[in-house]
Parts: sequence; C-alpha cells; structure tokens
Amino acid sequence: MSVELTGAEITIRCLQEEGVNCIFGYPGGAVLFIYDEIFKQDKVRHILVRHEQAAVHAADGYARSSNKVGVALVTSGPGLTNAVTGIATAYMDSIPIVIISGQVPTSAIGLDAFQEVDTVGITRPCVKHNFLVKDVAELALTIKKAFYIASTGRPGPVLVDIPKDISQQKTQFVYPDKVSMRSYNPIVKGHSRQIKKAAELILSAKRPMIYAGGGVILSDAAPQLTELTQLLNFPCTNTLMGLGGYPATDKQCLGMLGMHGTYEANMAMQYCDVLVAVGARFDDRVIGNPKHFFNENRKIIHIDIDPSSISKRVKVDVPIVGDVLDVLKELIKLLKAGKEKPDQAALKDWWKQIELWRARDCLKYDRESKIIKPQMVIEKLYNITKGDAFITSDVGQHQMWAAQFYKFDKPRRWINSGGLGTMGFGLPAAMGVQLANPKGKVACVTGEASIQMCIQELSTCKQYKLPIKIVNLNNRYMGMVRQWQEFFHGNRYAESYMNALPDFVKLAESYGHVGFKIESPGDVEDALKEAFKRKDQLVFLDFITDQTENVFPMVPGGKGLSEMILV
Amino acid sequence: MRHIISLLMENEAGALSRVAGLFSARGYNIESLSVAPTEDPTLSRMTLVTVGSDEVVEQVTKQLNKLIEVVKVLDLNEGSHIERELMLVKVRAVGAEREEVKRLAEIFRGCIIDVTDKSYTIELTGTSSKLDAFLETLEHSAVLETVRTGASGIGRGEWILKV
Repeated sequence: MSVELTGAEITIRCLQEEGVNCIFGYPGGAVLFIYDEIFKQDKVRHILVRHEQAAVHAADGYARSSNKVGVALVTSGPGLTNAVTGIATAYMDSIPIVIISGQVPTSAIGLDAFQEVDTVGITRPCVKHNFLVKDVAELALTIKKAFYIASTGRPGPVLVDIPKDISQQKTQFVYPDKVSMRSYNPIVKGHSRQIKKAAELILSAKRPMIYAGGGVILSDAAPQLTELTQLLNFPCTNTLMGLGGYPATDKQCLGMLGMHGTYEANMAMQYCDVLVAVGARFDDRVIGNPKHFFNENRKIIHIDIDPSSISKRVKVDVPIVGDVLDVLKELIKLLKAGKEKPDQAALKDWWKQIELWRARDCLKYDRESKIIKPQMVIEKLYNITKGDAFITSDVGQHQMWAAQFYKFDKPRRWINSGGLGTMGFGLPAAMGVQLANPKGKVACVTGEASIQMCIQELSTCKQYKLPIKIVNLNNRYMGMVRQWQEFFHGNRYAESYMNALPDFVKLAESYGHVGFKIESPGDVEDALKEAFKRKDQLVFLDFITDQTENVFPMVPGGKGLSEMILV
Repeated sequence: MRHIISLLMENEAGALSRVAGLFSARGYNIESLSVAPTEDPTLSRMTLVTVGSDEVVEQVTKQLNKLIEVVKVLDLNEGSHIERELMLVKVRAVGAEREEVKRLAEIFRGCIIDVTDKSYTIELTGTSSKLDAFLETLEHSAVLETVRTGASGIGRGEWILKV
C-alpha cells in the first residue's frame, strides 16, 4: 500500500514525472499548498517572475527554444487574468505549455469569493483545452492529459485549474505511463494516396514555390524541409513563424514573405504555378487579399496537422493532413525512388525570373546615414553573434527588421509573437529561452514602447543572473503605429509618440544591470561587442535610431501580394 | 444552406459551453441545438442546426472535431436521414374556434394534451418545416405560447453514429 499524498504534493510529483525541471510562477492564496511543496524539494526549479503575464511568456519562450513543454503556475483571480495575454499568445502560435492555476476552494466556487474568477470560462477560447479538477483522485490523470494534449497534434496551451481544497486533500498517487482518450486522436501519418498526388503535382511544376511556416519548426522538420527543397532545387520562403526552418543564408531561400516580406518571395508566391505549403496557414498577414491571390492560377499542396487549417482561407488542390515531419519524409522517399525530375529548363527560366526580382534589392537602406538606422543595428547584431544567437522580439517595426535582417539558419532561434502580436513578449520570453539554453547567447530585440510593457522583469533577470542582451531600437515612437498613420491616416500621429521616456541606462542600472546609450552609427558595433563580452551581465543597449524610418516592402491591408510599397 | 449536424461528446460539465462558445467566437449561426445523454451515460448526443455556405459548414465540422471533448461529428446532410422536432403550442380555443383547432391538430397528427375552457395545448412532432406549417395554419393571434425543442436527427438504415 503506497502512502497517500496531498493534491499539492501530487502536482509537483507529476511535474517531476514529466521531466519538468523549471517552472515560472507567482504565488498567492489559492496556490500556497503547492508552493509549500515547491519549497520542500529541489528537482523542479521555480523562477519567480514579477507579473503573471511574464510567467506564461517565459514558459512559452522556454518551450519554443527547447521543444519541451513549458510550465507556468499562477494563483486564482487576478493571477489568472494577468496570465491570459500569455496564454492567448501561446495559443495563436500553437506553443505547448501547461498552465496550473489555483482556484478558490470547491465549496466557495460560484459564491463570488475573494480572488475568484471563472478561470475555465475566461480561458476557454484561448486554450487548446482546460480542466477544473473537482476530485483529488482525478488530479494526476488530469495533469498527464494536460501534458499529452499540449504536446501532441497541433500543440497548444492547456490549463489545469486546481481548487485550494483539492491541493490539500489526500489520495494515493499513481502517475499513469500512458493516456488514451477516445475523443482525442491526433493524426500523424499523411494519407499515402495524397502524398503520391502531391509528388506528381510537384514533378509537373514549371514555376514551383515552397512556402513553409511555423509547423516546420514545431514538428522539428527543418532538416527534411531543407532536404526536399535542395533535392528539387525549388525556391523556398518562410513565414514569420517559420524563420529558421530553411537556412536563410542559402541561395534557394527567398527570405520571409507577407506584409513585410521580400519582393522576390511575394512575387514568386503570387506567380508560381505549383505551391507547396508546409505547416503554414495562409493567414491575412501572409497572402494579403485572398481574392487578389487567386487572380493568378496555381495548384496548391497543403500539408498541415490541423484539418481546420486546410481550406480555411484558401481552397487547396491536394490537402495532406499529418505531421509535417512524417509527411515530408514520405514525400522525399517517394521523389527519390522515382526517376522523374521536374522540367529543368522551365525551372531554370523560373530561377532567372526570381533573380531579376531579387536584384530589386528590396531591403536596401541608407548605409551612410548620420543617424543610426535600425536595420544596421540588426545587421551588426547578426555579424557579431555570427548568426548563432537566440533572438526574441516584441511587436512592431523592430520585430519586422529583426525578421528581415537577422539571417536564421537554424530553427528555434527566432522567438516572437507572430499570431497575437503581443507587445511585452520579448523580455520574459528571453528569460525562458536563457533558462532553457544556459550557454546560449540570447538577445531581445525590442523598442522603447514594447519593452515598457514588461520592464519589471529586469528584476527577475537580476535575481536569476540572466545575461540577456536587450537591443532597444529607440525611435521615440510606437513605430509601426506611426508608420500606418503616416501611410494611411494623413500623418496624424495620434497618441503614438512616447512622451516622458525613462532614461533606460539609469533604469537598467537601478535594477543592477549595465546600460549603454548609443547615439552614433560609428558606435553601434563596439557597443554590441562590449555587451556580448559581458557574459554574465544583462546589458541594456539603448540605440537612438532614426525616427522616420519605415519598414519596406509593405503590402497594405486589403491589397494583394504583388502590390507592395517599395522603398 | 441549412445543415443538421450530429455530434457525440463526453458528457462532462462545460462540454456544451465549448460548443456554444466556438459558434459565437467564430461567428457561425446556430438555428437550434438539442442535447441529452445517450444510452451510454458518459456520452451526450447533440443535434445542431446551422446555416452557412458549404465552406463555412466544412469549417464548422472541422472546428467541432477539434474540440477535445467532442468524440464524433457527422453532417447529416451528407446522407439520407430523418429529422424530428417536438413542439408544445398553447392555442386560444373559445367558441367556434374549439372545433376548428381540434380538427387542425388532428390533420397535423398532433395531440391535445391540456385543455381549459379558453385554450388547448397541443403536442406536435415532425420536421421543423412541418411545425412551421402548423403555426402558419393557425390564426396568428390565436397562438398564446410556443415551445420547440430544436431538431433531432438520425441517419437512415445502417448509417449509425456511434463510438
């Protein structure tokens, strides 16, 4: 007969069983028993954040950079509502995390108790699934299910809400090895007939294009995507979420596509005759106006693990539901076994056309400028880190410049909030990345508006000695808002100027970090070098950049991919 | 087009609100919804009537399938099926109206299940359009109250939705 454990003990034991060695959280009344158990053990390390939003972003960054499930622990009521932004962020980008939230005791649920909210109700639309545990005997199985659901199929956040009395009650602890659910059986293997059809279509292509998204990263299929692309000598573009899925420095890579994608990627996307979409979902920031997209005829192969992603915005010809990794392996096998090759003469002409588009040099900017150009900062960051850093970002112009100018050759190096577009994501995500990769170089590319949304985490970074380099592209504007106001709202810069900014150097210093202010283009490189030399310190680099710089190319909202505004 | 969608889901607290929440979050229409446990008390059977283009209904079924607690989804419009709805309607029945209403109820194979000196309450089962037709037959001002369950549907013959 095994000993009985409390719900709180069981919670921690489950995390240990799942191999979780680091969680992010913030204590409070409803989770005190769970925190008591954290105190009594040392297998699961707890990172104390300064705001629950940051706990979830950190767990998210941890998951994105390591392919492990990230875990956050928050208390009931405001603890949970603060976490919602983080949960929705992870949901939009399909990131596997488990959120454990405290709840008021079962006897108090529904009575408007202190720090009570309907957690399951509030989070329902932004989780893959959630549970309210009403019986301690169900707790271990529920946590097992949470990890299973979060990490399989199309990944996503799963929340387990644990009332305080459940964390106190005792039961026998048995952690199931496996879990099976009749209502949840994610498809892994693609349909072989569909894969065969895809291979035939690929071989018939004269102007092919591979369009790869975050699914490639999530499924760890970057080597297979690379192999397929090189086997066929096809051009490949990555979405914002897919950067690093195909090496950016390779000549077959056309860079990112979409609203701020390269000219060559967007043109090739528009004018290809066979499009292979891999783990991508044709969202509004990627293809612009779907009607315009269909002004051109092309056949589409769509590989995705989520059936509801297929034919949602764009009708496709060959849908393949399955894990990208599995489907790509099958597809490569099939193409290698056959003797046929695509029409090489046509492919040569297509590449000639692409090179003409590429020669347009759509990412050019004034390299002689006397004011620091943000693009130049990212280029220097890329050179100094030899393209090998983990780059997190916030949301706005700096995010787009980082995506355009940092050449990601490896997956899981580019960590950003693509779907929800959450300002404040960058710094806490960087904490998670640094904890998952203690030896990795981690930089957070941000702006003076975004960074202030989770600036309190400088304190967490100090406590845990996280040597993150904060690259603040400070243009004294909410840059992307200002850009839209310039283009579409008659230069009326309503509320987009950041007035009364703090002195970021002093701010960093007051948290016990190092801060540099860089105002001249000539100082950019040295400042970055100096920052990365300080291996044990967080360095806040405040780059005073050109206020009027815009992100180009740009596909305005409602326009088609070939209707870019170019510099 | 009107579609009648059947689903089996775990009979758990909150499962219904996941379905309802999905429809409101994604802007789909629900015309009617009826739900109750099946012979297996761990499962609930829901019948949902929605209106939308084929593309929208395809998304609806895919999104329903994605819900963790939904075990199976079937668009009954894909095959031959039977649909029934139950209606209770309270009708004014005074003087000469009493005979007329009674006759109409008989024509529609309804049952009068409650009688007062001023009203009849009629129970009527059929397709939703039959119930609509009955209401149209009655004089508008005579209808005092209607209660409808929403459609329930089942496939014909060997076409079975089971775990």
